[in-house]
Amino acid sequence: MEQILLPAVIFAGIGLIAALLLTVASGIFAVKEDPRVQKIDAELPHANCGACGYAGCSEYAAAIVKENALCNLCKPGGNDTAAAVAEIMGQEAQPIPSEIAVLACRGNCNAAAEKYAYHGIHTCKAAKKMFGGSKFCTYGCIGYGDCAEVCPHGAITIQDGIADIQPGLCDACGLCAKACPNRLIRFRPTGKHFDVRCSSPSAGKTVRLICKNGCIGCKVCERKCLHRAITVVQNLAVIDYDKCTGCGVCRDACPTGAICCCEDTN
Amino acid sequence: MTVLGIILSAILTDNFVLSKFMGCCPFLGVSQKISSSIGMGAAVIFVMTCSTAITYPVYMYLLVPNGLEYLQTLAFILIIALFVQLAEMFVRKCFPPLHRTLGIYLPLITTNCAVLGVTILNVDLFAASESFLTGYLHALLYAACAGVGFTLALILFAGVRSRMEDADIPAFFKGTPATLIAASIVSLSFMAFSGMS
Repeated sequence: MEQILLPAVIFAGIGLIAALLLTVASGIFAVKEDPRVQKIDAELPHANCGACGYAGCSEYAAAIVKENALCNLCKPGGNDTAAAVAEIMGQEAQPIPSEIAVLACRGNCNAAAEKYAYHGIHTCKAAKKMFGGSKFCTYGCIGYGDCAEVCPHGAITIQDGIADIQPGLCDACGLCAKACPNRLIRFRPTGKHFDVRCSSPSAGKTVRLICKNGCIGCKVCERKCLHRAITVVQNLAVIDYDKCTGCGVCRDACPTGAICCCEDTN
Repeated sequence: MTVLGIILSAILTDNFVLSKFMGCCPFLGVSQKISSSIGMGAAVIFVMTCSTAITYPVYMYLLVPNGLEYLQTLAFILIIALFVQLAEMFVRKCFPPLHRTLGIYLPLITTNCAVLGVTILNVDLFAASESFLTGYLHALLYAACAGVGFTLALILFAGVRSRMEDADIPAFFKGTPATLIAASIVSLSFMAFSGMS
């Protein structure tokens, strides 16, 4: 009898202590989840594209509830998702702003100097691991078309060694922006027409040496802009599209052509 | 075994994953990203060390005096499960994104052979020590270092895999086959520690 009883008592004891500990711990580590997070999560398309600026759909759902993120950031979901999410949050539905993808680089094969001839795997991601790509400028477009590969609308082609985005075909889904290892594809509201097409934070002198079309941070655009929409931050001009009226003075003023027009057709 | 010997053997020469083939499922399952492999490694170090801290005295003071060594597996799994559950609660509360990446591999630590292996090896290796305290401290050190060795293997492999993502692999090798081939090559590098005769 003792042969059965003793192990039974010992194991019941261990089990009991473990259960007690876990009960206490579950109280300490209880996760209070807002039911709205789950509801919003169910509305989102779960493409986990990251176009909203969050790591995935679940993170975006949590951010809407906890950090008051905007309800209309999900581009793949479209206006229907935005409306459904706004309804859960008890807000007025807002349409998704119409945007367009722009490549923030003009360092094509005529402008940007090459430092070596690359013969490796034909993707930007692989080329970047080789001293940041074959161009002297390590911030610019590498030009092996990782973005063109993922574009569902065939809006991207490689022209003169850099990506070329057809505005008419682009619906700003954000897949290309995620595929670019240098994070060069940005989104701007349609109808504003002008972009700073350089991403190099290097000093103007360095940029002049390695790329004809780069932004040298000379601040001419900052001074010429009639609406104070441009500021130069870290040797790079930045356009504030809330103030920009699309007049084009900055393009005419830019000595290197880093600010230019990607005419939207949609 | 000396202290230095324990540390070196647990981390390098007898690495649990790469020399003993223990704990291969999280090794292959959560090594896509370095960040998630660090999280997994930390969870395993925690579970290994805490489990050993309990299983070793339970074995020495409860099971051996009562002649219940034959229930060793049952007792150890019970205690390991306790700590895995604790680790899971902690990760879910404090690192929700990590909790999602680890997914099923987090509760799977319960039946991870590396964790059960380290607790059993500990009683085998150190039960004969002259005093309980030296045996206990050595066992704890061995468990913590085994966890560190596991983490090291995981992080090394995650580094290799992040490079493989960009590689132009023939279609029939893509996915699991390429991962297993890479694992064998990483394992080769650890064979150097045990030497060839």
